[in-house]
Amino acid sequence: MLTRINAIALNTFREAIRHRILYLLLVFAVVMISFAQILSLLTVGSEEKIIKDFGLASIDLFGVLTAVFIGIGLVSKEIERRTVYTLLAKPLHRFEFVLGKYAGLAITLLVNTAVMSLWFFLVLLIKGMFDGMLVMAILLLFFQFLLITALAVLFSCLSTPILASVMTLALYVIGHLLWSLDLLGARLTSAPGRGLCRVLYFLLPNLGNFDIKGEVVHGLAIDGGRILWATLYLILYGSTVLWTACAVFERKELQ
Amino acid sequence: MPVLELDDVHKSYRSHLSIRKYWILRGLSLSIREGEIFGYIGTNGAGKTTTIKLALGLIFPDAGTIRLFGQDASRVEVRRRVGFLPENPYLYDYLTGEEFLDFHARLFALDAPARRKRVRDLLERVGLSNRGDRQLRHYSKGMLQRIGLAQALVNDPDLVILDEPMSGLDPIGRREVRDIILDLKARGRTVFFSTHILSDTEMICDRVGLLVKGSLKAVGRIDELVSRDVPYWEVALRGVTNGGLPCGSVMSRRDDRVLIRVDSQGDLHRLLAILNGHGAELVSVTPARQSLEDLFIREARSAGPAPAERGGQRAH
Repeated sequence: MLTRINAIALNTFREAIRHRILYLLLVFAVVMISFAQILSLLTVGSEEKIIKDFGLASIDLFGVLTAVFIGIGLVSKEIERRTVYTLLAKPLHRFEFVLGKYAGLAITLLVNTAVMSLWFFLVLLIKGMFDGMLVMAILLLFFQFLLITALAVLFSCLSTPILASVMTLALYVIGHLLWSLDLLGARLTSAPGRGLCRVLYFLLPNLGNFDIKGEVVHGLAIDGGRILWATLYLILYGSTVLWTACAVFERKELQ
Repeated sequence: MPVLELDDVHKSYRSHLSIRKYWILRGLSLSIREGEIFGYIGTNGAGKTTTIKLALGLIFPDAGTIRLFGQDASRVEVRRRVGFLPENPYLYDYLTGEEFLDFHARLFALDAPARRKRVRDLLERVGLSNRGDRQLRHYSKGMLQRIGLAQALVNDPDLVILDEPMSGLDPIGRREVRDIILDLKARGRTVFFSTHILSDTEMICDRVGLLVKGSLKAVGRIDELVSRDVPYWEVALRGVTNGGLPCGSVMSRRDDRVLIRVDSQGDLHRLLAILNGHGAELVSVTPARQSLEDLFIREARSAGPAPAERGGQRAH
């Protein structure tokens, strides 16, 4: 089983790193991270915060875009272009295909995040602003990418590439605004409304769990429990999404 | 034991946002024997690709059973013995031919030396030895078909299923694919391929199945399906000068050449005997036999338009 998952993962990674869009996104990310230095000149006394904030935000944005566009592109393309036919006509379980695709995309994101982070750290080291907690912030961003990729894979199994991209990006935005749903629930007077908000709050991905950018930029202490919770959340939520993707793909008619 | 067996298989589709059901296959029963080349012919939309997808577990039947090598076709393990080439395969643009074959070989858990040897052998077998290091996006259609065929053979399968393997190929490409199919048979493998190129079917198939609108209209050896009787002869003559000939009817005439249809062997002998008297020179005598194409057209016409042409058949 692992051999076959590895084979799919390796092929997905190979395909992804030869994709022009990946390099385009990487170049944009590097430009944005570098641009933070120019932007910081416009402020007085907050140069370090601006560079760190802008850098982390760039890694976040371009990591998510990579997860969505490369992720959905590579999974949907297999179905649309029927390359999946030749794979599933071999002794390959459908869940192995889904997990292999996910693993390949995760490796791609790891490399992508590593390249962006190295450039970011280089900029900070030159400026003498490097802070070890940035590594933690980027690790949590990477966890977020892994979760977004799992959602992208699920939607690719369910729908067309465009719809899958829209749904994944929508969940990314919703996932960062989920605190407002909790707030809304608390203010509602009707019990069903409160209940619905509560259910949605637990069902939708809470990407705020992976966001410690503000704390790191402002040099605030980060509770170890929060990191542990983010890790557990990724494992539980991510594996549920992937399990659902496998279950959906298992019965999918490949027409 | 049949290599592939479909028993009373039904398959329907529902279009998006519709409760209407369209039947693609209606009670299809088919049995493919070991070591034969089976040509699966039919009009566009007849259900050939659907049959293949069902056999490979890519889609699921509404009813009926499908067995590969005596086992339930939905079992993944049974596909160890199967190779498949889809119609007009789009492959991975950014992989080289070697990487592409190596990737498929990995799915069979072959170790690295075995994979290297297999890839080398397959590239040679499909005539792409000197193109293995090029990315597939630089391959021509014929080359893609050949590399696709190579991936179907990566596990040295007992059953090779090919969906329209000759479509879009030039005569040389078609001949190469034909040769590979015949080579597979010579190695004792079973080949099941769908096509609507009837000349290829007549040339290489041991048996054929004719699918029309989701139903198998005919199955058997070509000489069983197509009558070997000669209903008439076409006689081509040159230099016919003095009026009409006493037997046969003129089909066409151009300058001093004339093509005559003769309906019986007796008339043919009489015609040949009197040719000199009419100052005519015999050019050719061709017995008109029923071809697979005649059978195909007759069955297709008798069934009316194909489902794809009129949006499918509504389920009862």
